[in-house]
Amino acid sequence: MATGSIDDYINSVAEALDLPIEEGWRPAIRFNLEVSLRMARLVDEFPLPDESEPASIFSA
Amino acid sequence: MPLSASEIAKAVASRKMSALEATESALARIAQHDGVLNSFTDVTADRARARARQLDADVAAGKSPGPLAGVPFAVKNLFDVKGISTRAGSKINRDLPPAPRDATLIERMEAAGAVLVGALNMGEYAYDFTGENVHDGPSRNPHDPMRMTGGSSGGSGGAVGGALVPIALGSDTNGSIRVPSSFCGIFGLKPTYGRLSRARSFPFVPSLDHLGPFARSVRDLALAYDAMQGPDPDDAACTTRSIEPAAPLLAENVGGLRMALAGGWFEKNLFPEAVEAVAHVAKALGVRRTVEIPEAGRARAAAYVISTTEGASLHLDRLRKRPNDFDPAVRDRLIAGAMVPAPMVDRAQKFRRWYRAKLLQIFETVDLLIAPATPCVAPNIGQVNFTLDGVELPVRANIGIHTQPISFIGLPVVVVPVPLAPMPIGVQLIAPPWREDIALRVAYTLERMGAVAAPPPRGL
Repeated sequence: MATGSIDDYINSVAEALDLPIEEGWRPAIRFNLEVSLRMARLVDEFPLPDESEPASIFSA
Repeated sequence: MPLSASEIAKAVASRKMSALEATESALARIAQHDGVLNSFTDVTADRARARARQLDADVAAGKSPGPLAGVPFAVKNLFDVKGISTRAGSKINRDLPPAPRDATLIERMEAAGAVLVGALNMGEYAYDFTGENVHDGPSRNPHDPMRMTGGSSGGSGGAVGGALVPIALGSDTNGSIRVPSSFCGIFGLKPTYGRLSRARSFPFVPSLDHLGPFARSVRDLALAYDAMQGPDPDDAACTTRSIEPAAPLLAENVGGLRMALAGGWFEKNLFPEAVEAVAHVAKALGVRRTVEIPEAGRARAAAYVISTTEGASLHLDRLRKRPNDFDPAVRDRLIAGAMVPAPMVDRAQKFRRWYRAKLLQIFETVDLLIAPATPCVAPNIGQVNFTLDGVELPVRANIGIHTQPISFIGLPVVVVPVPLAPMPIGVQLIAPPWREDIALRVAYTLERMGAVAAPPPRGL
């Protein structure tokens, strides 16, 4: 994502979640989000069958 | 060196030493050395003395004092300790009311005769691999106080590595028991996910959070582990399996076990000392086989995604109301975590099940995997980058690269310390789910051979 569009994304999600963001924090948040999205893409690009069950823990 | 936990328990049970003497000895060591180590945030001296006197009275009255009689121990400050606000390494949590009751694992340790002497420093909200803390100052490495302990259970590593207490408890979400064990040169056990109750401890990533012990010997590690086992309805993820004691099995022969080195991801991004430590352990055990672990890098990425998003969800209200009271580095990671799209998190949890199935297949032909615990010995406190194979890499992001793909699916691991000079480094012994006993037996064998050991604190 280009810097401008990731900043737009940060602004929009921060507004949706009611998260305050000071300008001074923005470079670190942008850096961390880029790392997180890079990690998430690594997972995203791995093909999984439609029947895959998540491994989050719950037992009724 | 101070007595081990098992030596103290024997001495107290046979009335050669009182629990109060063992407690006073630990309190004196804390007073003498913790100015350097900065491992304790709270010393519960009054409580400890009262508990020790009660134990001594029980012994005098002929009651059995338990397998950890008079053994001083301390806990990472995310465990609830009755009467203390559970700070979890943060400034914000200091405003919480004092905990009304101890964490389950403290209750179980004390039921076995152990004596709580305090709460330990940690990285803020456990989102840390360094043991540094902006509010309480850094935990310092007992072998070189200019170096980090590793985190986030930094005080636990420092207090046991510095021989202030024989046993400490910590938590491990992505490596927070195993990294300080490696950097501080001690034994650490991250049990199977769900084995030990997390009730009344402050969470970080419920999908991945584990609690476990640190010690200076395998026997002490197993004694603490056995004392803490058992179901607990107060932790939704805690197993209903009955207690499976490991200490009685330690001396069993390991000759029939099928062992292998973890290949692929676990052979990369290593400094020479980590390569040497793994080779040393493999040679001692006569292991030559290597097994490729598929998609371990992606497992690490998925663990990262789950951690940052569940962590963000946990702290969302605090991020809204008190953002300036966080460690800025933790805050900025958590805010970014709140912005990861939900389908990515769901896919990470689905990938987790796929990866678990692959590892379970491997464990059909292997009983134990050997892997590095950390890519390097303890870096300097405040160090930002290190150079590996000519490439400059950030320290914080790379300390846990070999631990994350293992805790991601909750496998039990014992970290064994290889006492290299000048700094020790750990190796992971990884067993199939619910087979902590295998990792502990192999660790015990290595210890008896003299291949691994917790070195005396070199920096005190």
